[in-house]
Amino acid sequence: MSESLDKNIPYSNMSYGTEPTRMVKFMRSCFIIQLFNFFKLNLKVMRIVVKGHS
Amino acid sequence: MAKVVVLGAGISGHTAVSYLSKYLKKDHEIVMVSPNSNFQWVPSNIWVGVGLMTPDQVKFKLTPVYKKMGVHYKQALAVAIHPEGDLENEKGFVNIKYVSEDRKDVEEKVTYDYLINATGPKLNFEATEGLGPKKFTQSVCTYDHAAHAWSNLQEAFQKMENGERQTFLVGTGHPMATCQGAAFEYILNIAFEINKRKLNHLADLWWITNEYELGDFGMGGAYIKRNGYITPTKIFTESILKEYGIRWIKQAGVSKVEKGVTHYETLDGELNAIKFDFAMLIPGFAGVGMKAFDKKENDISSKVFAGNGMMKVDADYNPKPYENWSAKDWPLIYQSTSYKNVYAAGIAFAPPHAMSKPMESPNGTKIFPTPPRTGMPSGVIGKIVAQNIIHQIKTGKVDHPHEASMAKMGAACIVSAGYGLRKGQAAVMTVNPIVQDWEKYPKWGRNIKDTVGVVGTAGHWMKLFMHYMFIYKAKAKPFWWLIPE
Repeated sequence: MSESLDKNIPYSNMSYGTEPTRMVKFMRSCFIIQLFNFFKLNLKVMRIVVKGHS
Repeated sequence: MAKVVVLGAGISGHTAVSYLSKYLKKDHEIVMVSPNSNFQWVPSNIWVGVGLMTPDQVKFKLTPVYKKMGVHYKQALAVAIHPEGDLENEKGFVNIKYVSEDRKDVEEKVTYDYLINATGPKLNFEATEGLGPKKFTQSVCTYDHAAHAWSNLQEAFQKMENGERQTFLVGTGHPMATCQGAAFEYILNIAFEINKRKLNHLADLWWITNEYELGDFGMGGAYIKRNGYITPTKIFTESILKEYGIRWIKQAGVSKVEKGVTHYETLDGELNAIKFDFAMLIPGFAGVGMKAFDKKENDISSKVFAGNGMMKVDADYNPKPYENWSAKDWPLIYQSTSYKNVYAAGIAFAPPHAMSKPMESPNGTKIFPTPPRTGMPSGVIGKIVAQNIIHQIKTGKVDHPHEASMAKMGAACIVSAGYGLRKGQAAVMTVNPIVQDWEKYPKWGRNIKDTVGVVGTAGHWMKLFMHYMFIYKAKAKPFWWLIPE
């Protein structure tokens, strides 16, 4: 893809975005962390939906 | 006995009819009018568009479900409403035209005591020359469009496997289109599929959007709590695109599409073009084009509907500058401004104004997203409209105990990128409320404690979980009402 095109060109749009480190990439697919996130996010979404209408 | 008529079996209309049938079917009549014979779970159309699901996995037949619910289902198109009735009918009624094989083109007047207009949007491909699956671009707005997109995407993949370089263009196909989230999800899925096939070196991926900054999503952007910082969604979105190797064009209003070329104007007034081999561009939305007539058959459409064809409800439609917009402008109960027994739910109601700041190019072209109202808010609105009607029928009172302003309700946006229990990823973003309320939340415009922006496998599990859970709910299987909207 355009990985070698814009990302490393100074002042290009793409050069300003953040990129995940190896640690972040690991955490994104770590089963234990993601299982915890799954329940945490579901709870959060449920709370937002329920308290959003009367 | 009261008769409630619901127009449209999308997420909002189907939710409304489910609650109406649960609480009223024994003593009252519930009628559903929809030209579609299937219910579709629209968020999963993205997976149909990359071949990870078949159309049959995201849709089901409505007839058996409505039979079970005790709802009278008419597979027909609503053509016009007569809220005051006519010389023959004292009650309000809807003119419908059947589209089902057995009664095709038969017209009927369906009277009502209460009417819910949940007709959703017209996919306005005609507003952009050359746009749409019948012309030069693809769409994922319906399951058949998504299946068509997948067949074209496969051809592009095949060409890449033969060594041919391909350019993919995904985004908004009209200067005022909305639903950026769906297009964003689609381009991430395309990038994932290309990566899976190890064809990265032959792909150029472009995101084209009418947003002033990426991450606006038609709601004026948001601030999210992320890794110990309060981060604007601009950074969040740009970072995701960068990670997937997708370049972007922002502040772009697509004006015309030709075979392999998209023409667009940017906010600074420049006219540009970009070549593509595969393009999926979301069209602008409009009302479905229903008319309204008074008792003497005078056309009162402009009184009942806004200029875009969507129904005017209890919102503040007085034109005002962006600086004076308020959360209080947004409707609470979705009751028609003209007729108290008529409601508009989901995309069918006319928003009082945009959420994103209106922008105009030096050539006078308005280039900014209109407000998104899909998924979660549509379901919630359908539910509270039904609950208020149920309350009025059961108690005889004309009050509305249930309210759901988009300036008070939150929403979650799950943008999947990849598929599979181990390999699937998704970006999850929550905001509360959807419409910024700068009076209540002067610092961030929204409740920062309720916002989140994370990427991970958990988001993908959520998206999969929701797919099965909401199809279960829509089929009205046991205890469906325990599942929130």
